[in-house]
Amino acid sequence: MKGVFCTPLVFKYMLLLTIESSCDETAAAVVKDGRIILSNIIASQVSIHAEYGGVVPEIASRKHLEAITFIIEEALQKASVTLAEIEGIAVTHGPGLAGALLVGVSTAKAIAYARNLPLIGVHHIEGHLFASFLERPVSFPFIALVVSGGHTHLYKVGGFGEYEILGQTLDDAAGEAFDKVAKLMGLPYPGGAEIDRLAPLGDPRSIKLPRPLLRDGSFNFSFSGLKTSVLTYLQKNPVAGNDSMLHNLCASFQEAVSEVLVTKTAAALRKTGIKRLVVAGGVACNSGLRREMNRMALKEGVELNIPSPLLCADNAAMIAVPGNYYLEKGLKEGLELDARASWPLDTVSATLKRLG
Amino acid sequence: MYYAATHDETETIVLGEKVGKMLRPGDFVALYGDLGSGKTRFAQGVALGMGVGTSTRVTSPTYTIMNEYSGAFPLYHFDLYRLGGDSDVTELGFEEYFSGQGICLVEWAERLVSELPDEFLKISFCHEGGEGRTILFEGFGDRYLELLRMLFRGGVGSFD
Repeated sequence: MKGVFCTPLVFKYMLLLTIESSCDETAAAVVKDGRIILSNIIASQVSIHAEYGGVVPEIASRKHLEAITFIIEEALQKASVTLAEIEGIAVTHGPGLAGALLVGVSTAKAIAYARNLPLIGVHHIEGHLFASFLERPVSFPFIALVVSGGHTHLYKVGGFGEYEILGQTLDDAAGEAFDKVAKLMGLPYPGGAEIDRLAPLGDPRSIKLPRPLLRDGSFNFSFSGLKTSVLTYLQKNPVAGNDSMLHNLCASFQEAVSEVLVTKTAAALRKTGIKRLVVAGGVACNSGLRREMNRMALKEGVELNIPSPLLCADNAAMIAVPGNYYLEKGLKEGLELDARASWPLDTVSATLKRLG
Repeated sequence: MYYAATHDETETIVLGEKVGKMLRPGDFVALYGDLGSGKTRFAQGVALGMGVGTSTRVTSPTYTIMNEYSGAFPLYHFDLYRLGGDSDVTELGFEEYFSGQGICLVEWAERLVSELPDEFLKISFCHEGGEGRTILFEGFGDRYLELLRMLFRGGVGSFD
């Protein structure tokens, strides 16, 4: 008689080391089961970049290289685990600057090879989409707004690897608009956070600014014209030395960006009939946007998920959510894994198919 | 030196499209001008002129530093706004693109000094209040002087 194997229900978890170096942050994390953060270390380079009035990628690139081993060691130490206990590696391998990505990818490959560990590459934006899962899993499908310095995209997320772009910025990303407008106003870097700090001191209705594409019926955004409007306003009304005018401009600008983001997101929710929303990316830290999104979600009866600020910004823990899912499915990359500077999110499914 | 006046963003895009149609592999176009002066709008036009499909969104590369598009030839759209200077360009390996077979369109070319090629098309954007812009063209090298003669054959200050 053939044996009947009764295997006990084992809850298989994986202990992942994750690495992210796609833009300005060098980051590493240790995450259990794609859910529980044991450590999440970010080498914030803001103090270095502030001297230059912007983020300087060359410095970032070199700093990635200088920082990465220390960041990984700190991530392991803080998680109280050794490299021998790690069961898999997930790394951001696109999109981004090839030089920056390669630091993370090469390190991940070296560790995977040395320890004979499975390795998976993750799309940077995929990490942002699932960052809130580290605090509370969200059911599929959901609508996601990813807003950062480089992205302003609305997605429909049907599951891991199933991403449909509903709309995107046609010119500048929202975070870029915040930083450039701050620069026009003479505010210190990082300008987006500075505008957020000053906005509550001003009257958001005091200065009339445009709401680009607000009622065009698409889910696309445009922030370049808003930036130019602020420039035109400043040419006529210099704010230097006039704090109340500066505060009013910060408040009016923040309100204009928030209104466009919230209105378009609400339209995407209504059009798709989906009642779950994720807002992620660095601009999701903006208090004005968080408040208005909350208000809209309450009104529309939508479940709103915005990660805490540390998980909104670029970090490595977020990479573990899709990374763990793919590795558990048995998907893995070989040592030929390379940086993918340009990689549209809606082609991730093709990459997954190739892996099996 | 040639110049063109555009009165709104659409005219800036149309002007970029005309230039885009005239570009050839290996061309280098350096864009100068302040924040909000129309460089990215112009780049969108260049992409159109080069045959990059209208479904492709040509967006600001400020944060990504470089976006790549495929038209009739590869288009490398750079934005050096966040860079410090020449050494950054060297360390990021951009000279490979600069001397390659694609077309390089570089915003914030002010950041380039020794990395600027000997021959290139220089385009400077100036605010004229509201949506109006004056756009100055200078060619360095025979290739670009000829390109500008063709572009402005209708006369200085106009284009058709």
